[in-house]
Amino acid sequence: MSELEKIKHLYARAGFGLNADKLAVYQRLSVKQAVDELFRSSATSQSLALVTENVNYKMADKADKADTLTRKMFMKQQRQLERDLNIAWINQMSSTESQLREKMALFWHNHFACRTQNPWYAQQLNNIQRDNALGNFKTLLMQVSQSPAMLQFLNNQQNKKGHPNENFARELMELFTIGRGNYTEQDIKESARSFTGWGFNNRGEFVTRAQQHDDGSKTFMGQTGNFKGEDIINILLQKKQTATFLCTKLYRYLVNDVPDKTHVAAMADVLYKGNYEISPLLKFVFTADWFYAPANTGNLIKSPVDLIVGLNRQFYITYNNPDVMMQFQRALGQVLFYPPNVAGWPGGKNWIDSSSLMVRLKIPSTVLNDGVIDFHGKADPEDEAFLAAMPNRKPQAKTQAQTIADWDKFLAGIPKGTTKEQIADMLLSPAITNSLKAVITQSADVKSMVVELVSTPEYQLC
Amino acid sequence: MKRRDFLKNSALASGAFLIPSFLKPFEAMASNELSGFKNLVIIQLSGGNDGLNTIVPYGNDIYYQKRNTIAIQPTELVKLNDMQALNPNLSALKELYDQGWMSIINSVGYPNPDRSHFRSMDIWQTGSSSDQFLTTGWIGRYLDANCAVNKDPYTAVEVDDTLSLAMKGAKMKGIAVQNPAKLYKNTREPFFKELVDEHDAHLNEDNLGYLYKTMIETYSSANYIQQTSKTYNTTAQYPQTAFAGQLKSVAKFINSGLKTRVYYVSLSGFDTHTTQLNQQGRQLKIYGDAVAAFVKDLKQTGKLDDTLVMTFSEFGRRVEQNASNGTDHGTANNVMLFGGKLKKQGIYNNAPNLAQLDNGDLKYEIDFRNVYATLLDKWLNVNNSSVLNSGFKGLDFV
Repeated sequence: MSELEKIKHLYARAGFGLNADKLAVYQRLSVKQAVDELFRSSATSQSLALVTENVNYKMADKADKADTLTRKMFMKQQRQLERDLNIAWINQMSSTESQLREKMALFWHNHFACRTQNPWYAQQLNNIQRDNALGNFKTLLMQVSQSPAMLQFLNNQQNKKGHPNENFARELMELFTIGRGNYTEQDIKESARSFTGWGFNNRGEFVTRAQQHDDGSKTFMGQTGNFKGEDIINILLQKKQTATFLCTKLYRYLVNDVPDKTHVAAMADVLYKGNYEISPLLKFVFTADWFYAPANTGNLIKSPVDLIVGLNRQFYITYNNPDVMMQFQRALGQVLFYPPNVAGWPGGKNWIDSSSLMVRLKIPSTVLNDGVIDFHGKADPEDEAFLAAMPNRKPQAKTQAQTIADWDKFLAGIPKGTTKEQIADMLLSPAITNSLKAVITQSADVKSMVVELVSTPEYQLC
Repeated sequence: MKRRDFLKNSALASGAFLIPSFLKPFEAMASNELSGFKNLVIIQLSGGNDGLNTIVPYGNDIYYQKRNTIAIQPTELVKLNDMQALNPNLSALKELYDQGWMSIINSVGYPNPDRSHFRSMDIWQTGSSSDQFLTTGWIGRYLDANCAVNKDPYTAVEVDDTLSLAMKGAKMKGIAVQNPAKLYKNTREPFFKELVDEHDAHLNEDNLGYLYKTMIETYSSANYIQQTSKTYNTTAQYPQTAFAGQLKSVAKFINSGLKTRVYYVSLSGFDTHTTQLNQQGRQLKIYGDAVAAFVKDLKQTGKLDDTLVMTFSEFGRRVEQNASNGTDHGTANNVMLFGGKLKKQGIYNNAPNLAQLDNGDLKYEIDFRNVYATLLDKWLNVNNSSVLNSGFKGLDFV
């Protein structure tokens, strides 16, 4: 693999792909330099600032008065904000130079999968995940655990002395840190007691409520003490298994669906010895020989968001009707801020079924030619109240994509004299097979060849 | 040569013959295996349908006490027995009930119920416990367990444009078909056809192989579904609603002899927190009228004995109404069954107990996975333990 091919692979995994016009620049860099550049451009975190106030409580009081009109308006407004927030994030991913940070924010969005009806809380959690995406995992975990979105989602508001609610304690271990099979039911009970009193106030600020906290002695994973929530998190991070659990998940996100034990163990060493600093771990992965091994290139199935964002970036697509991006997410089975459950999107082959694959193959030609969209995707279960309250809603008719791809900019980025095959190599991660070569050599011109290339099963991989 | 044979042969000649033999499309299979082919039709009512205002326990005073403004008066109801009655918007189902084609299972739910829509729907679709997260659906695992026999995606068809988690297994997945002609047309995009025809070394076990395999199966299934279903011309009358249109498609598939074991359709709009009577009534009318048309259509064509319809919702609603003339999220709910071969027709078990509640909610009496176990064991002919893990004994409604 040439240095340039390696850099292309790096950007496919650590970001959303390398644009054609960047190839010339990166041609002069070594992998090491490209990795440094990747981190340099992600040094700062740009928070989402779309939702400007926490309207939930103010409005919910009105809704409680059984004023149907207010309730409807409130629901409408909330949905609008959720949609705007979703699109704001997609747009940020589609245009930012901080590719690595956004890609990792997306990883943490799935690792700490959470739903909230409150867009302010959703945005707050998203910003925590972005700000700490390349920072320290302990800080990230602590902030996530103390965010209103997560406290509410995992019922810690109801976790009180004498009446523990174990939901947060269970998911903290099962999904956020150490993984199934490494703790007992008793550990869950004892840690739930330690988190009693953790909650948030009406202003959306974290509070510890002393009267609700069980300050008795607890025995957790063999240690006994008058533990608080922070102590439980510290004990969990002292276990090497937590580093192994995280690295397994990260390996599947960045390297291969099938974890390699040796590689994961090496990653866990770096994370554990580095006190859960995330950046050194990522640098270790991106500079490891095995990261560029043929078995680990061109074989990960892009998530729907990866696919959409990758297209947006490569072809500088403008959406005159941004709802189209929501429609794509629904039809492909990944709506940001709406994970299927607290375990997140399973990913890999789970993304692909007959219908989602056909939609994936159709989307590029639709957005690149401003084509017609004739699929919708299902409503999320949480939208049911809204649907029930809106009689006479009509099924959407076919819609024009209303997209503009900047073909001139794309084509200008391709150096003169580039062959069709080189363009194919640039756009696709897997090696070009003879059969695909046979198909694309028949293309009328470069533009139609490009549309065809990004409408292939190969383009679903990175 | 019969028309069907002609279609089969012409389909084979249309380029699909390049597909390797282990992916042999169905077109080549004999059609004499079709008689006695049993179908399961699953209808999902999304949003948490209020079971107490669907199958109304009018014989219980508590119902009227707890539902001051939204209880339905006995004179308006369509009575089934001394205790329970149909919501008047379901009057079309009365004929089915009287014919012995309907059965109602009361108080179906699961331990430690979750009142969130998406989590409870997740539980119902995956068949998990409330503290367990599964990435495959129960029908998907049925496909996995039975993949030696049912190799093709069209074994499980969802009439929609996306596929529900319920239909996704680890190895096998169903197919979503909103409109067979449209799906067919989409897959026959000349460029896609070339890709399918030209593929060679892709069919490895890796992800690229998986993508091509899915593409080829979709290509083949789209052809099979389109060619088979268009041989049947529906004469039965259906209401002019989108949902009735979906059931009409299912009936067309069944009547044309499609080798599909499981069909899946959904109807939304049951999350009735406010002004419930109108909202729910509107949706129930859409549901009842469509199901009645569907069942009668199948009776007419002689397929009702081979068809079993199951309707569920992710949860029922609280016994007591709220202050907005609606109901909030609850727990146990009724499951409605339709078919020509029901073993226990009418009302399967006691009406829900409104006196002994769990925090204001109905206590479940039958685990929903026991309903699934019955469908798997007695209708789809697979051992339920291969799909549901823990052993469920099953019920005796079929």
